[in-house]
Amino acid sequence: MLNRICLCLLLTATTAAWAADLPEFQLTIKGQKFEPAQLTVPANTKFKLRVINTDNTPSEFESSEFNREKIVLPNSTVTVFVGPLDKGSYKFFDDFHHDTGKGVLVVE
Amino acid sequence: MLGVALLVFREVLEAALIVTIVAAATRGVVGRARFIGGGIGLGIVGAIVVALFAGAIEEAVGGSGQELFNACVLLAAVLMIGWHVIWMSSHGRELAQQMQSVGHAVKAGSSSLAMLLAVVALAVLREGSEIVLFLYGMAAGGAGRADLLLGVPLGIAGGSLVGFALYFGLLRIPLRHFFTATNWMLVLLAAGLASTAARFLIQANWLPAWDNQVWNTSALLDNGSVVGQALHILVGYEARPAGMQIAFWLATATLLMLGMRWIARGQVAQRAAPTATPQATA
Repeated sequence: MLNRICLCLLLTATTAAWAADLPEFQLTIKGQKFEPAQLTVPANTKFKLRVINTDNTPSEFESSEFNREKIVLPNSTVTVFVGPLDKGSYKFFDDFHHDTGKGVLVVE
Repeated sequence: MLGVALLVFREVLEAALIVTIVAAATRGVVGRARFIGGGIGLGIVGAIVVALFAGAIEEAVGGSGQELFNACVLLAAVLMIGWHVIWMSSHGRELAQQMQSVGHAVKAGSSSLAMLLAVVALAVLREGSEIVLFLYGMAAGGAGRADLLLGVPLGIAGGSLVGFALYFGLLRIPLRHFFTATNWMLVLLAAGLASTAARFLIQANWLPAWDNQVWNTSALLDNGSVVGQALHILVGYEARPAGMQIAFWLATATLLMLGMRWIARGQVAQRAAPTATPQATA
């Protein structure tokens, strides 16, 4: 058990070290819409995506095209690691607000 | 109203498919309804608790709490399904025979039943907490009362209906193949859950992806579609899987298959032992 905890800590430490070097991008949810609705990111690069929810309602940032899913509570920020992705465009959406919460990740 | 119904339907569907497989796998077991009902009840309470503490869970592990929590829940379910599957490979034949001879009542090992109760509870908890947060948002965002009062029951009914349909479909499998079939379904379910756990760990940067998209069959069947989503739960279908997810899927399926075969072989050897000749045992 102790070994496992040590291993976990080690893993966290190493992933934290990787994470520090990664480029960061940002999306804001405002009025149940993504800002920007189109986000350009570099191809073949892993990056850190911060999703900031400024609304008073929870959202779920989701994409079946780059396979990510995370609930964003009201007035809070989450981090999602994405990529490396090939060139192309990848849709994402707010699973809690399909009508308004739509966006696209342009990888180039 | 349709939006509410659709989201609730999708989440209920995922939990319902898991509950259905568990229900089929415990066919004929005494006290099964109580166990499954208890699992669902516990899951609903758990879902509300998880939704209430969603913020704390997320903050707990440096902003990756949600992924870690999901991965742990999924992997716990994988372990419990694994336990049951391996237990069944030694008792499944007896179970089928007893059911054929005595009609229905069969007493199963209670540890194995408790495992499946936990699987049901975890499935309901995971999907349910999303529903709770969604509905909270809807209510807070000023959604009409009619939307919620109509949409929620509609979604729950729709999701459950698919579960029941699958259940009665499964009952058509002849009894002598029945537990073999449900055991295989449990293996595929566990493999799929393990692959989803891997996805969460990749998302949190706890595991490398080993290529984010090994193949892309989304043109054929997208995970966003209802069929794609159902297959995602049933067999772990992923239109764009990461290499690590495939590794988790294969490792789980292989381990469970080997475990089943190993135990089953032990059983055959045990049964054969009393009548075996010395040459046969040599």
